Amino acid sequence: MDKPANAAGLDRQLLLGNEAIARGAFEAGVKVISSYPGTPSTEITVNAAKYPRIYTEWATNEKVGLEVAYGASLGGGRAMSCMKHVGLNVAADPLFTASYTGVNGGLVVVVADDPGMHSSQNEQDSRHYARAAKLMMFEPADSQECLDMTRQAFALSEQYDTPVMLRLTTRISHSRTQVTVGEPQEQPRRPYVKDMMKYVMMPGMAIKRHVVVEGRQSQISNDLETGLVPGAFTISRKSAKLGILTSGMAYQYVREALPDASVFKLGLVYPLPIEQIRAFADSVERFVVVEELDPFIETEIKAAGIACEGKSLFTLQGEYSIALLNKVFNPDTTLDPAYDASALTPAPGRPPVMCAGCPHKGLFMALNRLKLTVAGDIGCYTLGALSPTNAMDACLCMGASVGMAHGLDQVTDHEMARKSVAVIGDSTFLHTGVSSLINSVYNGSTSTVIILDNSITGMTGHQQNAASGLDIHNQPAPELDLEQLCRAIGVRSIYEVDPADIKACVKVIKQSVEEPNVTVIIAKRPCALIPPGIGKKEEVVKLDRDKCTRCQACIKIMCPALLAGPDGYPQIDPNICNACHLCTRVCNFGALKGGNEA
Amino acid sequence: MSQPLSLNIALVGVGGQGTLVAGKLLGTVANLLGLDVKVSEVHGMSQRGGSVITYVRMAETVASPIIEPAQADFILSFEELEALRWAYLLKSGGAMLVNNLQIPPATVSTGVAKYPQDIVSELDQKALGQSKVFSFDAQKLADEAGSYRATNVVMLGAMSRLTEIDPDIFAQAINLVFPEKLRAVNHKAFQSGSDIIKYKCEF
Repeated sequence: MDKPANAAGLDRQLLLGNEAIARGAFEAGVKVISSYPGTPSTEITVNAAKYPRIYTEWATNEKVGLEVAYGASLGGGRAMSCMKHVGLNVAADPLFTASYTGVNGGLVVVVADDPGMHSSQNEQDSRHYARAAKLMMFEPADSQECLDMTRQAFALSEQYDTPVMLRLTTRISHSRTQVTVGEPQEQPRRPYVKDMMKYVMMPGMAIKRHVVVEGRQSQISNDLETGLVPGAFTISRKSAKLGILTSGMAYQYVREALPDASVFKLGLVYPLPIEQIRAFADSVERFVVVEELDPFIETEIKAAGIACEGKSLFTLQGEYSIALLNKVFNPDTTLDPAYDASALTPAPGRPPVMCAGCPHKGLFMALNRLKLTVAGDIGCYTLGALSPTNAMDACLCMGASVGMAHGLDQVTDHEMARKSVAVIGDSTFLHTGVSSLINSVYNGSTSTVIILDNSITGMTGHQQNAASGLDIHNQPAPELDLEQLCRAIGVRSIYEVDPADIKACVKVIKQSVEEPNVTVIIAKRPCALIPPGIGKKEEVVKLDRDKCTRCQACIKIMCPALLAGPDGYPQIDPNICNACHLCTRVCNFGALKGGNEA
Repeated sequence: MSQPLSLNIALVGVGGQGTLVAGKLLGTVANLLGLDVKVSEVHGMSQRGGSVITYVRMAETVASPIIEPAQADFILSFEELEALRWAYLLKSGGAMLVNNLQIPPATVSTGVAKYPQDIVSELDQKALGQSKVFSFDAQKLADEAGSYRATNVVMLGAMSRLTEIDPDIFAQAINLVFPEKLRAVNHKAFQSGSDIIKYKCEF
């Protein structure tokens, strides 16, 4: 595929920011992309996989992904690794030292932040990494810039011998905007030349490389001031009354809310063209920095002695909007709404829920019955913390559940281990849980770890992993055997259970928490949403009204396919039912039956 | 059209109802009309049965991809409660199109909250200015067209009747967005959505 599906048969294509980055990587002649999925970054690698010329893979975690990309760069090819903001924490170790060694082939690290936390556990601002690791960082403001800046980032990576970062936010990643694509360039692999002083980071060499890093940063700063870094910034001069310094999505809000303001738009958010900004600030009466999340730009320019307004006017939290800008700059703006919102009946909340047929639900119902303390992890199953199962006590980061359970065990002299479990998905377990399990076994833990093995990375949209038996192209791949892995680590008690069988789950968990050693329960059932699905459509559940007492025990499991009808009888939506038959197991009157039993 | 078309359309519903595809279709329509367009989607956790919104903005130039309060020309709600939740986005004189479907959220099935009654008539009665509310069983129409999954295209068909956009443009967009085996169903779904509004306008 040389060009993505051209939506309109026109030059302009409508691409997600993430699709545009994949296209930009293709045009830049990228050879290798290794990533771990994470909203909102996932679709970059998903779309890059559609270009046969690019080798793509799902790595076991972000650190591995970046190291693979680094190795590819070392070998002379252009390479990229993409991740969400919290993934960059995992990849931070190679990132900081890759800054010292520099690159051979161009190396670009894409990180997608999630202001507003649409699908994340924190709201961290990844721009701090650029400053901390001393790396250039681009921030595009639409899909066209996503494509252009990706190409630019590869060119600059090779020009300045440095990894280059590309920072996105959810609205950039997940907005479709028009893009004019370019021609793919041939990018012959650079020869690999052994260079111990550059690539082996022992103290003696690293001391010298740190000097190189600081020299590189000074060079980039000088080049920025003299306009030698294309795409670094653009200045639009209008009224001298108000000047705005901004970047990324915030730039689009500024454009619309403040059409008369002079705007200094940053393409490169680190390092900054300080003297250019100083001159711009001096040329306007009021100078304001508009940036989502932390006062990153504001702090940088204030440190350089440039007076500005910024976070004193805005918030550190959530996404910005035109309404927010209007509140600050155009307080007289009036709206002409179709509804007086305060006069409408308040709409009850609609939190996300586990899907119909979700294999995690039965297991969480078992945990709920046992009233255990549950150390949780990151994935669809984090929804087990909410009603109706309410069976999670803590959720911190990828892989943390296993270590947390061990900590609870040790701090209570093994007392807590009899009342607690860790739950972790297959992909999350392989991401970073496995190293914690080694730690637990080695250090004499008596904790219980439940691996929720649905054979896929579910929450991010069904990416394959090492336990799926499939690669990124859905082609057969070596399938990791979780049981053998745990056995090799030294876990002596390993059980397998069907998570939809609540009684069996209760029994095996009760037994496991009592064992005086690390126990692993593999709760195995594929995600209901991946083919072939959990059950056959002809087996969707039917109601026997004669047997139904309208007790609504089935409604309480909160299956999206099962609604309480106005007459009190459950209504089953055959379009949504995935025939897991969990509801038939909670019905004490035999009123619900799978199609074949009915 | 002497004035270039400018439309803000919010597609709201419950995760999994097809708002993403509807957004892609509208984006393609804008592309075919030679307009600038931005479509903002929500992926990830909210897709798991949560409240979802896709914003579509088309005009000569579009900066922000987000529709702000009282800025939407159309709200296409795939579910009744979601119409109520997002109604504040509609501008005076705009139109709300509601699929007659009630999906009780978790807060209702656990008894924490009650599903509001008579949402459509409330929206109808409390609409200010020339704002309009249209409601119909889009899922039934989609079923009749061949698949309940085409509910999103029924909604677009209904909206199309209230715009100046040539239906042929929508037909082209359907051909561009859907694989061949799904096109016939979606063309039919689009037509029945368009017809239902014609019927409603005549009364």
